[in-house]
Amino acid sequence: MATAVLESGERETYLNKEYGIKSWLLTVDHKRIALLYLVSITFFFFIGGFFALLIRLELLTPAGDLVQADTYNKLFTMHGQVMVFFFLIPAVPAVLGNFLIPIMIGAKDLAFPRVNLLSWYLYIIGGALMLYTILNGGVDTGWTFYTPLSTEFLNTHVVTAGLAIFVAGFSSILTGLNFVVTTHRMRAPGMTWSRLPLFVWAHYATSIIQLLGTPVLAITLLLVVCERLFHLGIFNPALGGDPLLFQHLFWFYSHPAVYIMILPGMGIVSEIVCCFSRKRIFGYTAMALALLGIAVVGFLVWAHHMFVAGISLYAAMIFSLLSYFVAVPSAIKVFNWTSTMYKGSITYQTPMLYAFGFIGLFTMGGLTGLFLASLGIDVHVTDTYFVVAHFHYIMVGGMVMAYLGGMHFWWPKISGRMYPEGWGRLAALLVFVGFNLTFFPQFILGYMGMPRRYWDYSHSPEFQILNVLSTAGATVLAVGYVLPMIYFLWSMRYGKPAPDNPWNAAGLEWMVPSPPPTFNFEEQPVVTWEAYNYDEIKEEVPVAQ
Amino acid sequence: MSEHVSSLKLYIGIWITLLIGTLVTVLVAGVNLPGPLNAVVALTIATIKATLVVLFFMHVKYAHDKITKVVIVAALFWLAILLALSMADYTTRLWT
Ligand SMILES: [Cu+2]
Repeated sequence: MATAVLESGERETYLNKEYGIKSWLLTVDHKRIALLYLVSITFFFFIGGFFALLIRLELLTPAGDLVQADTYNKLFTMHGQVMVFFFLIPAVPAVLGNFLIPIMIGAKDLAFPRVNLLSWYLYIIGGALMLYTILNGGVDTGWTFYTPLSTEFLNTHVVTAGLAIFVAGFSSILTGLNFVVTTHRMRAPGMTWSRLPLFVWAHYATSIIQLLGTPVLAITLLLVVCERLFHLGIFNPALGGDPLLFQHLFWFYSHPAVYIMILPGMGIVSEIVCCFSRKRIFGYTAMALALLGIAVVGFLVWAHHMFVAGISLYAAMIFSLLSYFVAVPSAIKVFNWTSTMYKGSITYQTPMLYAFGFIGLFTMGGLTGLFLASLGIDVHVTDTYFVVAHFHYIMVGGMVMAYLGGMHFWWPKISGRMYPEGWGRLAALLVFVGFNLTFFPQFILGYMGMPRRYWDYSHSPEFQILNVLSTAGATVLAVGYVLPMIYFLWSMRYGKPAPDNPWNAAGLEWMVPSPPPTFNFEEQPVVTWEAYNYDEIKEEVPVAQ
Repeated sequence: MSEHVSSLKLYIGIWITLLIGTLVTVLVAGVNLPGPLNAVVALTIATIKATLVVLFFMHVKYAHDKITKVVIVAALFWLAILLALSMADYTTRLWT
């Protein structure tokens, strides 16, 4: 497809069309809003990371000697809340999804550009409330806000933290709504459902979870706030409430929330694996259905977080059984990525390194999830570091790996510049090594019985060696995360100008210029090919400098 | 998309019905009905109110496209999941 371009000295793009702070804060261009999100979530990622480093430093020694016990409670609480609600959940959809979905389906923008900007402002209002909470002394409920601790016993800033996440939730709902309507209504002629890139399918499935799950979280946190302020008696047993009702409602959203984080990552990995194997995805339909399957089955398993909380044995057995079913669509995905690579012509550029990391670490996180789904083992390891390691393998080993892979893969499109490939590979390696060094020892620690959320383990000094390894790993990981930020920023000025299709990849986004013009396409594209038509693309991935 | 325009009178009527529903809920909460009847009354009124909002304020009554129906059914189905699986716990828990 020819992309005619406006010639006004240099080519007009979404980046140089307008300048000035107002042109950004009032933009309705999905690509600019994606960049607003990129800056915001990066900010919160480093705040959350800062708390994580303090946690790891405290655990370097068995004695609780770096911070006070109360401060430690605040550190892990705010680490969790900031990372989950202000980084992991919005990261891929709001940045890469926002930027790519309209282009991938051949549209000029999302269905509701103004609602898109509104969702960023809601995110910022929620983020500001969270910052206010942090700066005023923080909150120490644990990221899960469990009642009656959060409603009756704590004197920290539970109300503002709850409201922060309540508001950010609406940002997430609006993003999901926008993606669903866009996918239904804005597809270019010929872009049938069976030709959609899996990245779009993944975001479609994610959006369904956001739409159906997030309202439950929002109302639950609002109830916590009301119970705290007005003593309603929803969760307080003294007033006829049930504390476990909170856990049911909270996990009804918060288990599927894990899939809000991981499904978009799976979409990214599908794109990367096909491109760097030069092959069509293995089992396209199964892959798309698996995404939807995970979204639906993910809603049926939430009480596996409550096995030791006092739910009935009957319910525990049902939820244990249902939890196993999530493994089926997840395994389909892992097997199909592997089959896609089979006999492919694989190259090892940075995005592919992250995709490899994702597949391996997600598999480990998923398989240890099966340990936790089985009642007997779960009783043994509940609230230990085994659980911490498990969900970090999914959320950090899986989701953050995929996010970084996607950022490298599409950075040339977003910025119009190439990142330095050598540094990219080094950072990918550091992230992989640092991640495993941080979290693998935690599996062993948890199995040995080290509880999570403890600030002092001087009763069992034998835990120290593994904790030291973990803290060392976190340091490596931190370097691995800071490096890409530095060279991405560097490349915006000094990077080699990116060609329109630096990877010879399939997909509409590689047929528009890098960076794209404001309305993406000069003329309405008409799609006549299947997704991932790598058998029709003869060129290999160009060798990087 | 249906282009049906509802009359202002209808909207105000619905609004007043909602207000009356709220008033009744508050008043009944002050009366001690036998057994779980208080909750039954409150939830019944709340469900009627929500239905009115969905049908009229959200224009579902006048929407004829399939996708709107899919959305409504999906939302109700997900609510049913939440209630049914929670009840798997509540109806079989050993209350002491
Ligand atoms: Cu879960």
